Amino acid sequence: MTLSLGKARSAMAVPPADDEPRFRLPKISRRVLANVFLPISFVLFLLLVWQISTQAFHIPPYILPSPSAFLSVLVQRSDVLLMMAKQTAEATLMGFAVGVTVGLAIGGLMGSSRVMYDMIYPSLIGVHAVPSVALIPVFIVWVGIGPQIAVITGAIASFFPVTVIVASAIAASSPELDDVLRSLGARKIDVLLKVSIPQALPQFFGSIKLAISGAFIGTIVAEIVAGSVGIGHVMVIATNNMDGPLAYAGLTILATMGVTLYLIAVLIEKRMTGWAYRRN
Amino acid sequence: MPPLVDLDRVTLTYGEGRRGTPALSDTTLRIAEGEFVAFVGPSGCGKSSLLKLVSGLVPATTGNVIVAQREVTEPIKIVGMAFQNPNLLPWRNTLSNVLLPVEIVQPHRSRLRQDRDAYVTRARSLLKTVGLADFEDKLPWQLSGGMQQRASLCRALMHEPSLLLLDEPFGALDAFTREELWSVLQTLWMERRFTVVLVTHDLREALYLSDTIYVMSARPGRILVRHEVTFPRPRTLASTYEPAFVDALSELRGHISEARGGAAPV
Repeated sequence: MTLSLGKARSAMAVPPADDEPRFRLPKISRRVLANVFLPISFVLFLLLVWQISTQAFHIPPYILPSPSAFLSVLVQRSDVLLMMAKQTAEATLMGFAVGVTVGLAIGGLMGSSRVMYDMIYPSLIGVHAVPSVALIPVFIVWVGIGPQIAVITGAIASFFPVTVIVASAIAASSPELDDVLRSLGARKIDVLLKVSIPQALPQFFGSIKLAISGAFIGTIVAEIVAGSVGIGHVMVIATNNMDGPLAYAGLTILATMGVTLYLIAVLIEKRMTGWAYRRN
Repeated sequence: MPPLVDLDRVTLTYGEGRRGTPALSDTTLRIAEGEFVAFVGPSGCGKSSLLKLVSGLVPATTGNVIVAQREVTEPIKIVGMAFQNPNLLPWRNTLSNVLLPVEIVQPHRSRLRQDRDAYVTRARSLLKTVGLADFEDKLPWQLSGGMQQRASLCRALMHEPSLLLLDEPFGALDAFTREELWSVLQTLWMERRFTVVLVTHDLREALYLSDTIYVMSARPGRILVRHEVTFPRPRTLASTYEPAFVDALSELRGHISEARGGAAPV
């Protein structure tokens, strides 16, 4: 029998039976242990191994800096790094917003009309087949070098998953639910608003997760190839100067940003489409 | 008084030309206002097609379908429909699922904004009649199959349709729940006296609920027998074991066996 906090309290009034363990961690702290304490300890352990190996094997910092080296750079130059991170975050979110808006519009159009779907889909595949990195030189000709390149590349990288997923989700709306509405004399727009779109929301928010990482990757690639600001640009400067600690400080920021963006997308998804997840 | 539903030599063929599948052949019948009618017959005999014809979801191939003195050419507004699958919208709670029809059907649609309270009260009273008063804010997956079907019935009745079309609404439920819902439906019908067309495989269900039973032949469907049910109401489960009921049941069963082309039961 497990002891929750409430039961532990009542156990004070009534002495526990002999066959029950005297002391067990309450359920809550076991969850915290598994979800917070263990993962963090694991990261600290990896950093420790890393630190010891770089010192023990005398690895030069431009090849692999020790955690203490790049973490202290992270702190010392935090003002510049934060400014650059802000640039990257802005470009990512703007690219993401543009990409999702365009994706929703095209996907919605394709999903609600068979003709549109058949007409647009091949071109879409064609456009997507070109790696977005290859488009950056073309964009440079259009808008010059700078943060705007990152926004465009981010948008290009994020609109595709949204378009394709929204289109198929809306097109696949259940015929039985359609019948319910049709028997009430609903117009096509009613069916779209009351059934198809709500039904497509879980897939849409799933596609948002792909879109946010797409926008992030697109932004970083553009900053590396043609940027004048942003963490991607920091990476280029750091590696050109053989500044290993700075490069790894940049990578740390990128990892943190990537995880944060993903978590935000997951949070929005859970909030908007809770009905689709039966458990909890 | 003119009949509410008037089918005049109606046929229905799915697909076109020689390849078409005939679903219904030469059907003529009239349903009076307030009548409770059941269609029984072997599977694939066009019972559900008949409902789709009456509701205007599919057009007749030949003949006329007239409902409330109007020829049916498109989905009509005076019907409420419930299917074998409850088809509740999974992202809406019970109450807002029941409110769905008044968001779509005129004139309720334009009144909904200002008269919302009145509509909510009506939805609640329907839910109360079917025993779902405490479940209005549950999502469909939190309800049992029988509860979902009750909610689906409420939804079908929400816009006060004068014609309720039921396509095997209790077919997927266990026997106890099914019999419980017969009584729920009978209560609703006796209170409000809408016209009901029920399609079912269950002869006891047809006898318990309806005033008139039509037995249909195998495909292409055609009406073989019109059977009037005169047992007093409200009928109870006990009344389904009375000799007169049992006799009527075996008579109907005989018709169905003929319809399926088999020998009469011993």
